[in-house]
Amino acid sequence: MAVITTRQRSGWGVANFVVIALALIPVLWLVSLSFKTPTAVLDPSFWPSQWTWGNYSGILTSSQFLRPLLNSIGIGIIATVIAVVLASMAAYAIARLDFPGKAVLVGLALLIAMFPLIALVTPLFTIERALGLFNTWFGLIIPYVAFGLPLGIYTLSAFFREIPWELEKAAKMDGATPFQAFTKVIAPLAAPGMVTTAILVFLACWNDFILAISFTSTIASRTAPAAMEYFSGGSVFTVPTGPISAAAVVITIPIIIFVLFFQRRIVAGLTSGAVKG
Amino acid sequence: MSTTTPPVTTTETPAHAKKKPKRQLTEIQKADRRLAFWLCAPAVLVMIAVTGYPLVYAVILSLQKNNLELPSETKFIGFANYAAVLSSSYWWEALWVTVVITVFSVAISLVLGMLLAEVLHRTVFFRGGVRTASLIPYGIVTVAAAYGWQYAWTPSQGYLSAAFNNSAPLTSHVQAIIVIIIAEVWKTTPFMGLLLLAGLSLVPEDLQKAAMVDGATGWQRFTRITLPLMKPAILVALLFRTLDSFRIFDNIFILTSGNNGTGSVSILGYDNLFNALNLGIGSAIAILIFICVAIIAVIFILGFGTAAPGSSTGRR
Repeated sequence: MAVITTRQRSGWGVANFVVIALALIPVLWLVSLSFKTPTAVLDPSFWPSQWTWGNYSGILTSSQFLRPLLNSIGIGIIATVIAVVLASMAAYAIARLDFPGKAVLVGLALLIAMFPLIALVTPLFTIERALGLFNTWFGLIIPYVAFGLPLGIYTLSAFFREIPWELEKAAKMDGATPFQAFTKVIAPLAAPGMVTTAILVFLACWNDFILAISFTSTIASRTAPAAMEYFSGGSVFTVPTGPISAAAVVITIPIIIFVLFFQRRIVAGLTSGAVKG
Repeated sequence: MSTTTPPVTTTETPAHAKKKPKRQLTEIQKADRRLAFWLCAPAVLVMIAVTGYPLVYAVILSLQKNNLELPSETKFIGFANYAAVLSSSYWWEALWVTVVITVFSVAISLVLGMLLAEVLHRTVFFRGGVRTASLIPYGIVTVAAAYGWQYAWTPSQGYLSAAFNNSAPLTSHVQAIIVIIIAEVWKTTPFMGLLLLAGLSLVPEDLQKAAMVDGATGWQRFTRITLPLMKPAILVALLFRTLDSFRIFDNIFILTSGNNGTGSVSILGYDNLFNALNLGIGSAIAILIFICVAIIAVIFILGFGTAAPGSSTGRR
């Protein structure tokens, strides 16, 4: 019996190790490339023979990367805040109120979640140029909000259904004003779901590439993933591999921070909408 | 409530009780509906403005000769753009590539995702670490990861190319598609695994134990108990992943730019817009992609009986 459990444990240990290795090796490769000198980049060994911070100091002093990084952060945060606020309102209605058209709303959100983005790029490109939104922050924020909403509505309505709303009534009976009942009782209960949703929506905005390269033309609004491609084009960098890898690592850092601190929440958020429905 | 009230008591109270609560209920219902309307309106408005209206506009554009380089020649030409796309070998090649990448990457990530879900479900030791590590491919910016894959497969530069005799797979049709599939599978398996994990945790442990007592092997337990009980979760995960994979763009754009016949339908649509500046053809491709996605969704939901997530709000 003891032998089997030890063997089983080591079996799962091996499985764990394989999973972690497969997940991390491609990321470590990017990290390694980002520390390679321009000549060492042309050496296929996994780790650099000489380590350098040069790629990082290069991109972090160049407006070709700093400005897009700022755009990514700004656009991501604004789109996330708007999407989470609008999605919370709709999700509250779905979870708490009885109204006709609820199924239509949920269906609409599902439809948009599955929408092929390229099908919108052509018409939105034309519309944005006509409205003067092309190559502006709002030219990206608006579609990001629209595509963040289905994700937000699903995740939040699943979370809101779990909240014991009777507590609100109980608080009011105990003499709390409606405002107090909301801020002291409901808001703290709803906050974890909203934080989770905000992380998921922000990650989706942070990750977007197709809209970012389609609706921007300069670093005034180009986001970091879209900007990396332009590192090669006759810029200050001689060999773009190192700088691009460094940029890839920089834009991966926020994701690693989110994953380290909020992994439980992210898993809960990802699965709540899809499985619990 | 009012029907159980004995009519003997008084003539006043029952009438009062009969009418007022009913009217109050409708008042509350009306207020609920009004509130719900105002709460949902902004979200619905944004979603329709960004998707519904452009979709209609794309249909109109797709029926026009509309080239940004020749704006004066814009005119209605019926279905000529569709005819041009559907009779072009580029469209069918791109569709074939997209289907191949979708089928293989979804199938492989389903199998690997199942294994990942089992590992995450069964492992007790260092569970958080495994989960954290597997969330990184899910969260990483696709483009960032794609650059990593591209460099890894570049001859005399990448460790993977070096491991395979200094080969250059990204310059050959079939091998490039395999690399694209690997990049897709690496990125999407964690999401698949997490969705399946949620389904796996709904499988009662007692059933497994009972089957084990009855002498069922691990494989039998998996195929006879776990799989049937997980079918709804698997179908939802497959639906999500298939539609997502069919839209593949980022990985191909970075890895091959669609060269050597590796372009997906999304790459084709993008090229028609930004390289050929042809809004008419680009919109026709966009609409055709939309139709393909709709067909996939209908097959899953009607054909396989996938419960559309959220459609079963009444279930809980």
